Amino acid sequence: MTESASSRFVFDPSAGKHRPLWRRLIPQRWYAHLILITAVVIITFPMFYALLISTQSNPEVYNHKFTPGTMFFENLHTVMVQRNMGRFMLNSFIIALSIAVGKTIMSVLAGLGLVYFRYPGKWIVFGFVIITLIMPGDVLLIALYRRVVSFDAWPHPYVALTLPLLASATGVFIFRQHFMTMPPDLSEAAQLDGASPLQFLFRVLIPLSWNTIGALMVIMFLFGWNQFLWPLILLRDQDLQVVQWGMQSLTQNLEVGDNFGPMMMGVIITSLPPMIVFLILQRQFMKGFALTRDK
Amino acid sequence: MEEIAYSVHPIIVTLVGALLGAGYFAFLRWQTQVGSVNISLLIGAISGALGATLLTAPLGYCMFQADQKSEDILVGWIAVALGLLLTLNIFSNLLWRYFRGQRLLPRGDTTPGAFRGRFGLLYALAVLSPTILVLIYFVYLPMFDTLRFSTFLARFGAPRTRFICVSNFSRMLSDVDYHSNLFLSFALSFGIILIAMSLALLIASMLNQPIRGANLYRTLLIWPYAISPIVAGSIFGLLLGTESGIVNRVLDLLFGTKVPWLVSIPAAQISVVLASVWNVIGFNILFYTAGLQTIPKDLLESASIDGASAWQRFARITFPLLSPFTFFLIVTNTIYAFFDTFGLIFVLTRGGPTESTFTAMYRVYVTGILASDIGKSTAQSLILFLIVVGITIVQFRVGQRRVQYGNY
Repeated sequence: MTESASSRFVFDPSAGKHRPLWRRLIPQRWYAHLILITAVVIITFPMFYALLISTQSNPEVYNHKFTPGTMFFENLHTVMVQRNMGRFMLNSFIIALSIAVGKTIMSVLAGLGLVYFRYPGKWIVFGFVIITLIMPGDVLLIALYRRVVSFDAWPHPYVALTLPLLASATGVFIFRQHFMTMPPDLSEAAQLDGASPLQFLFRVLIPLSWNTIGALMVIMFLFGWNQFLWPLILLRDQDLQVVQWGMQSLTQNLEVGDNFGPMMMGVIITSLPPMIVFLILQRQFMKGFALTRDK
Repeated sequence: MEEIAYSVHPIIVTLVGALLGAGYFAFLRWQTQVGSVNISLLIGAISGALGATLLTAPLGYCMFQADQKSEDILVGWIAVALGLLLTLNIFSNLLWRYFRGQRLLPRGDTTPGAFRGRFGLLYALAVLSPTILVLIYFVYLPMFDTLRFSTFLARFGAPRTRFICVSNFSRMLSDVDYHSNLFLSFALSFGIILIAMSLALLIASMLNQPIRGANLYRTLLIWPYAISPIVAGSIFGLLLGTESGIVNRVLDLLFGTKVPWLVSIPAAQISVVLASVWNVIGFNILFYTAGLQTIPKDLLESASIDGASAWQRFARITFPLLSPFTFFLIVTNTIYAFFDTFGLIFVLTRGGPTESTFTAMYRVYVTGILASDIGKSTAQSLILFLIVVGITIVQFRVGQRRVQYGNY
């Protein structure tokens, strides 16, 4: 391979030292930086603008001021206390966490059952799980709603809300694939040591699967936090509603627009938890999907 | 017992199915030149007859009875066609596997690391049962309910239901409003796929270059993936407001005009597309970035040495090798456009102006929940289900072919 060909693909910081000054000032592949910076500006702008508006009063919004306003704490108070968003956030947190944890546990167990045991008709079981991928919850919404409300002994409305969402074809698929890439020596050794399948799961498989678990937890938490339509139709008691419901209640009279500050404050606090989860677990998330550049 | 009068007799329906099946299998036999002609014709006729009865017999061939309207008969033939599509594909697949001497069923799994012991099956059942039970009770049974209620006149709160054959479907044929809802859903998917995927591919290609700060860029670009459609709708409601919106402010300064983004047609539809594109683009960038990393660098390098230009390398190597990711994203973006845009539209336009931003899913919500019409809304849900299945099958088939093309 020639030197010039490989340097097209490998970033070499020392290469710049022999270049003229103007080449050093303008970064290599300036067009990539240009496109990426443009993309970052366009993609980030709506959220940045929402953050700005969340501190402003309505006259400031209509005057299109590009400086932080004075209403930050008032808006925060309006949203969290008057419009009950604090309560809604807690509700959504409970729901999203239950969904994330429940789905992950069930998927790990199902993955174990699909990989580490020998029995006839295993592919039928796998097909039974995986074919539900073509039945999105929204398609089943009406029938599921009817089925759930026709049973009136739910211990808590949240059980009725979360239980139907706990099985995950995606999760089962991901853990099955992950477990199948594990070397078989691991379970052979565990069996020689007399470990039961569950001991093997907790002592060996799970410690080796944190990236996958982390990636799945991010997806499932976001899925739970962003639930809107299902809670909207299922939950009768407004105090039990979720954060997305609270958010939409802040956007009533959108075109009349007498509440942009609180509305954008709602946007910010509704988006903070999923973004924090996403940022903290980003490394696991990327590794779970093998997205890191240097692998 | 009274004789039922049919405008198309069930025997004729079955025979038509058998003939079509035999014809299709004869065509396959001629095309592949593998296997016995007689067996092909026989299995073809059987699977055709099965396909023709699959969806019509459970309803007692009611759509072909003499007192039904011509729309019902048309729906009946559509049901025959759907049944045929299903059975002919499955049986032809199995038969030609048999002809070629391949295994009919997936290999009985022989995992090297499986646990030995008498209680293997019990243990496996125990760990699988939570998933299986939830799927049966909250996915399979509702699916069955959806199929059943779509042939009923049923309402929430009303205990009595009545079997009305395929009327819920045949009325859709002349329901112009529903047609425009479906059209909007498709147009929305098309707009999202076209804009969000091509931009994401461009951005991901730039991210894949050896540049400083690529990880930072990536973090800054994919975060809208974490944002809910409700929030996306709320933010765009602010940006696109006629008087309050910053977009109109800029347009006013530059051109002296203001666009009533959310309250006029087609600006409202365009607003929904813009907000959706912003909402999904992070997801697309994420998966295109992952896809680009699966492309072997040495392949691109050797093409480069052979004098291929950057565009040629992209068009001849990168894009074909990315096709599994492209097809995956087409499916997920379509599902986003059909289902997840509900929340976004709910806050951005409320389906307005004059129902111009009602997607098919929005219609299901309005019909089923607001108007309590279980029968009609489950029929509409089934249409959505068919669309999802159709897209998935197309993705699977095309994807498989293209993956083989890039399989080295």
